[in-house]
Amino acid sequence: MTKLVGVLALQGDFEAHAKMLRALGARAREVRVPDDLRDLDALIIPGGESTVMSLGIEREGLAEPLRELVRAGTPVLGTCAGMIMLDRDHLGLLDVIARRNAFGRQVRSFEADIDVKGVSGGPMHAVFIRAPWVAEHGPEVEILGSVEAHPVAIRQGHMLAVSFHPELSGDSRLHELLLAIDGSGE
Amino acid sequence: MDENGQPRRDEATFTVKAGLAEMLKGGVIMDVVTPEQAKVAEDAGAAAVMALERVPADIRRDGGVARMSDPEMIQGIQEAVTIPVMAKARIGHFVEAQVLEALEVDYIDESEVLTPADEANHIDKWAFSVPFVCGATNLGEALRRIGEGAAMIRSKGEAGTGDIVEAVRHLRMIRSEIRRLATLDDAELATAAKQLQSPLHLVRQIAAEGRLPVVLFCAGGIATPADAALVMQLGAEGVFVGSGIFKSEDPERRARAIVEATTHYQDPARVAAASTGLGQPMVSLETSKLEAEQLLAPRGW
Repeated sequence: MTKLVGVLALQGDFEAHAKMLRALGARAREVRVPDDLRDLDALIIPGGESTVMSLGIEREGLAEPLRELVRAGTPVLGTCAGMIMLDRDHLGLLDVIARRNAFGRQVRSFEADIDVKGVSGGPMHAVFIRAPWVAEHGPEVEILGSVEAHPVAIRQGHMLAVSFHPELSGDSRLHELLLAIDGSGE
Repeated sequence: MDENGQPRRDEATFTVKAGLAEMLKGGVIMDVVTPEQAKVAEDAGAAAVMALERVPADIRRDGGVARMSDPEMIQGIQEAVTIPVMAKARIGHFVEAQVLEALEVDYIDESEVLTPADEANHIDKWAFSVPFVCGATNLGEALRRIGEGAAMIRSKGEAGTGDIVEAVRHLRMIRSEIRRLATLDDAELATAAKQLQSPLHLVRQIAAEGRLPVVLFCAGGIATPADAALVMQLGAEGVFVGSGIFKSEDPERRARAIVEATTHYQDPARVAAASTGLGQPMVSLETSKLEAEQLLAPRGW
């Protein structure tokens, strides 16, 4: 059964995620309004500007439908701004606080090879763009990868979030992991 | 890994430079001249702000040499907002660019809206850590800028007019030239590179992929939500709005409306809703009635 994955498409690099999903044999649907959330098997919140996404989620009335979807057990992956949208201060789904632009302005953006727990086959090549890190987290949050002791890849049950952009480096292993999570709500 | 067991960080790579433009896609970048305007833009949903000393409509009206902004103003804007802050340098003025890099702006626009500082050469953008966006009227110009290190391209349009016709011309030109390249064989691509006065490796890459190797935004003349949706449907991946917001009757409302129309550009009902009750747009100029020396787009080549 081909999985249908929604990609929040209010702003940001949602097309790069959709392309990666299709290359893995999944179907991708751009999500702009609550109706686009029906029948999804998984959800991705992409990179972009978190302030723009917050305003868009509010304008479209997407906050509650997104929470319901994820609380019902639908697997979700947030990258960069997507990690921020999932944190305590935004959608409140992940028990973390993400610090925005934590690594600094654009001249501090970087690429690095990062070991990510649960991703086999060697380190992930990670692209960090004005990236956040996890400043605080609760006990249910598992740290999958860090840079200089700052968590940049985490998992909490069926929710995954990373500070970097696997969709820009052509490494689809996190997307494969998302597709492999059992979304039955167990 | 380095000696402390930490992963090695590579900063200022082309992937990282072009990557920020990827994050701005589907967004609206707004010209601002004060920290207060920057805050209004951020609160309305701007994906980034462009700091400059005068918006294009005022540069047009007042004349004189238009330069990089006062660093104090740029720093004030950086303190006022958390979204990326871009700033303009004059074409070929690499010291203005060095100053902007020292200020840690997030993107530099080597812009024809300012008075060019070099009549023959653009800035060598490879020499910088901070990424550059440059204007283009056609594919050859876009590829020359990318060859010089630009990590993002925008149409030039005709800034400060509120007339979308030039931006449409430039976008259609770039897109149709890309489509034409895809139909050529290898020998013809070498000839096309000569005709376009562009690096052959970029011409080959575009022929194979059917798109620019960097993000393409639209700039120059966007005044309404429908203008933004028009250029998005024509293949722009996001929009710059210069005078169109803060020279209109109700900047906050118009800014929100253009953001909404840029997200929902394929949905006419949403563009209609966004276009409703915005008050007067900026005072506009018909580009075809301007004298040749009043045009900004021919600056740079």
